[in-house]
Amino acid sequence: MPRTGPLIVIPAFNEAGRVGNVVRDVRSHLPGADVVVVDDGSADATTVEAQGAGATVLTLPVNLGYGGALQTGYKYAVREGYDVIGQIDADGQHRAEHFPGMLSELADPDVDVVIGSRFLDRDGHYQPPRARKVGIALFGRLASVLTRQRISDPTSGFQVLRAPVAQFFCSDVYPSDYPDADILIMLNRSGFSVREVPVQMRPSAGESMHGGHRSLYYVYKMLLSIFVTVLRPKAARHQ
Amino acid sequence: MIDPKTRVIAVGGSILVLLAVIELVRRRKLKEEYSVLWILTGVVLLVLSIWYGLLLKITSLIGAVLPTSTLFFFGLIFVMLMLLHFSVRVSHLERRMTALVQEIGLLSAQRNGARPGPHVEETPLEEAAEEDEAVVEQPLRR
Repeated sequence: MPRTGPLIVIPAFNEAGRVGNVVRDVRSHLPGADVVVVDDGSADATTVEAQGAGATVLTLPVNLGYGGALQTGYKYAVREGYDVIGQIDADGQHRAEHFPGMLSELADPDVDVVIGSRFLDRDGHYQPPRARKVGIALFGRLASVLTRQRISDPTSGFQVLRAPVAQFFCSDVYPSDYPDADILIMLNRSGFSVREVPVQMRPSAGESMHGGHRSLYYVYKMLLSIFVTVLRPKAARHQ
Repeated sequence: MIDPKTRVIAVGGSILVLLAVIELVRRRKLKEEYSVLWILTGVVLLVLSIWYGLLLKITSLIGAVLPTSTLFFFGLIFVMLMLLHFSVRVSHLERRMTALVQEIGLLSAQRNGARPGPHVEETPLEEAAEEDEAVVEQPLRR
């Protein structure tokens, strides 16, 4: 049974003190949306706080990582029959006020995934640390070349997508650590179309879910992942 | 040619390896699937320790000087294969664990009753599970 409103997925790991505000932020800008917080094995009051703010909470008994938590949300969306799924980080970095605009991009039937990009505005409002900036630029360039379209912010966790994409992400193709440029390339190869829209973001408050990894391993993992993604036969989109 | 003492030790050792593997499978401590590489090694060891000429032939074939180098070489290859095999198994297990953890998370939402899924009606087990949890969870909460 299809739902009328979208589902907003918020993966959260130890985000007590922030996740409640994000849930309220989403609900105030999207009154018709259902909000589900995936508590990725937090040791703090993330679950309680999210429930208090009115979200459905999926509590994972152990920490799976950003991708694993997000995939749990996709599975939930697919089983509950949502047509449109949004995702936003729990640390308050993204502004939910951009959601209505991003959702309206899906009115175009040729668009399957809309990504909120920090860099499309070119106003320099968001300045990541230098090492991270280099990584984003490198993988953005690589993704742009391989998908033959401009990708400015491959690491953005601020997205909306259609149900067939979520279904696609529910399979083994989805990485449990950090989905990134490799996923965008895979989407492109599987026939899904991606569009970036400019969004404003607040500077990240401390260590985010993406921030925990050592950058050298991250670069290695992403390069390898992109490399094997290109080597694999194009996965057919099954609907 | 070869010291009979060495040969006895080699043959005895490889038979021991084979027996140990079969015994572990018999006691269900080792799954048949994992035994393949071990049995193979045991058999190769046995063949080489009985048929010394073969070892010499292989040694000259691969250009090694000493038969012991041949043994060490193949021993190392075996160990590396085994490790690779385990890395594959660990990755596989991790995937399955991820799926299980996600399933627990999805069930946790249903239990809280925030939004019963469309498939709740199909699973009368749900109620039974809920009662069980009430009993099980109490000691955890203290």
